[in-house]
Amino acid sequence: MLIKRPSDIKSSEITDEAIYLRRREFMQATAGLALMPLFGAAVAKTSALAELKFKKNSKLSSSETLTDYNSITTYNNFYEFGTDKSSPAKHAHRLTTSPWSIVVDGHAKKTGKFDLEDILKPHSLEERIYRLRCVERWSMVVPWVGFSLADLIKRFQPTSKAKYVAFETLHRPEEMTGQKRSVLEWPYVEGLRMDEAMNPLTILAVGLYGKTMPNQNGAPIRLVVPWKYGFKSIKSIARISFVEKEPPTSWNISIPSEYGFYSNVNPEVDHPRWSQKKERRIGEFLRRDTLMFNGYAEQVAHLYKGMDLKKYY
Amino acid sequence: MLLYYSLISPLSQKNLQSWVKPAVFLLCLFPVAWLIWQLLNNMLGANPIESFTRQSGEWGLRFLLITLAMTPLRRISGQAWPLRYRRMLGLFSFFYVSVHLLSYIVLDQFFDWSEIWADILKRPFITIGMTAFILLIPLAVTSNKAMMKRLGRSWQRLHRLVYIIAVCGVLHYFWLIKADLLWPTIYAAILTILFILRVKLKP
Repeated sequence: MLIKRPSDIKSSEITDEAIYLRRREFMQATAGLALMPLFGAAVAKTSALAELKFKKNSKLSSSETLTDYNSITTYNNFYEFGTDKSSPAKHAHRLTTSPWSIVVDGHAKKTGKFDLEDILKPHSLEERIYRLRCVERWSMVVPWVGFSLADLIKRFQPTSKAKYVAFETLHRPEEMTGQKRSVLEWPYVEGLRMDEAMNPLTILAVGLYGKTMPNQNGAPIRLVVPWKYGFKSIKSIARISFVEKEPPTSWNISIPSEYGFYSNVNPEVDHPRWSQKKERRIGEFLRRDTLMFNGYAEQVAHLYKGMDLKKYY
Repeated sequence: MLLYYSLISPLSQKNLQSWVKPAVFLLCLFPVAWLIWQLLNNMLGANPIESFTRQSGEWGLRFLLITLAMTPLRRISGQAWPLRYRRMLGLFSFFYVSVHLLSYIVLDQFFDWSEIWADILKRPFITIGMTAFILLIPLAVTSNKAMMKRLGRSWQRLHRLVYIIAVCGVLHYFWLIKADLLWPTIYAAILTILFILRVKLKP
């Protein structure tokens, strides 16, 4: 008999539903692998990533369709590994992410150099599905795994002088080969005003799609600020400083007329060279409208009350 | 002089030419075939439209520079053959720039004319890119022998527009880049060298 009745099919022959649902992804990945030796297609070189334990935070998560894992991990801006979107996926595997330590300094009661394990220990992880809007007019929906930055900040007890939080990426040109060219000033630096840093939406992410962060996405720990353009969400953080004055930020140092300290997603304020009214969601053909604060106005608009967002772009 | 080279070629080379030119023609089509193949087979990465637009534009600029290299090459080598390919290469440049523009209008903007018009007026890199394309049109239209004959001396004057077009093309590339100016700089350097060669090698 050619057509088996359901009872004839052994359970071992049935494809796991999760795999079945992702069959397209699987087929694309396989096709990519088959072509890789010929064309050097962008397929992420990643060592096996560990599964993370986390809770879902549906209250702060978007319910939109997730961008597929392959796009999230092969289309990256991480200039430390080269300026092509496909460069980080090809070169970021060189970065040693363990051991990893973070220096915490500035106006806080507790400061020092801490192992990543000690930084992470007290925090329980949760999944936050956020929109990510790049200043280059493309966007994704990413299931990050991380924890609230506010919870971390509280542990170090910043003093009243700490008006801003500054972040710094690792500077290690022998592994971050993009740092051998001075496309930007290295190390990459970013910063947030204290109230932005303390906002419940702001997280430090250590993974995505339920697994440890791939190197090209900013392993082992990165910032995610979903209402700002992607470049504000600094990757591979090596230093967190509590400072009194607005800290310098890399893209602002590079081209101050185009990238401000705030860099909130704002369809009303154009980039000097292109419009920011629309964006292309990766995987979609037609462009969609860009939303004020990337759709997070309800949670963050109050932070900027009375501020001229054209002046503070 | 140009007329001379394009009309008269030594008989001995005729046989060679009979298959070389079609071969070069096919070779020039390879990039667009490759691009379309990649687009249809999902090989252009996560943002295929951006990649297709960028790569077709790069080919337009490359063919423009290759075209501009033909005259200096003719003078350096003393051979006539580079000039026989100049028109074809120039038309391929126009072809790739057209593919690039169509990709922007159809794939990127999807016929959003008000947005396209706003881009042309407000975005210097698009203004200058569009300028380059519009200037290319008369050159493509007058590239055949009949037009060369009809225009006589003014043909050459008209086709000097290609220098302006090449500068516009390189600036278009410079102004759209976020930070890494390596490639636009390389193209600018090649164009500068080609200009210097033209001046130095003037007959």
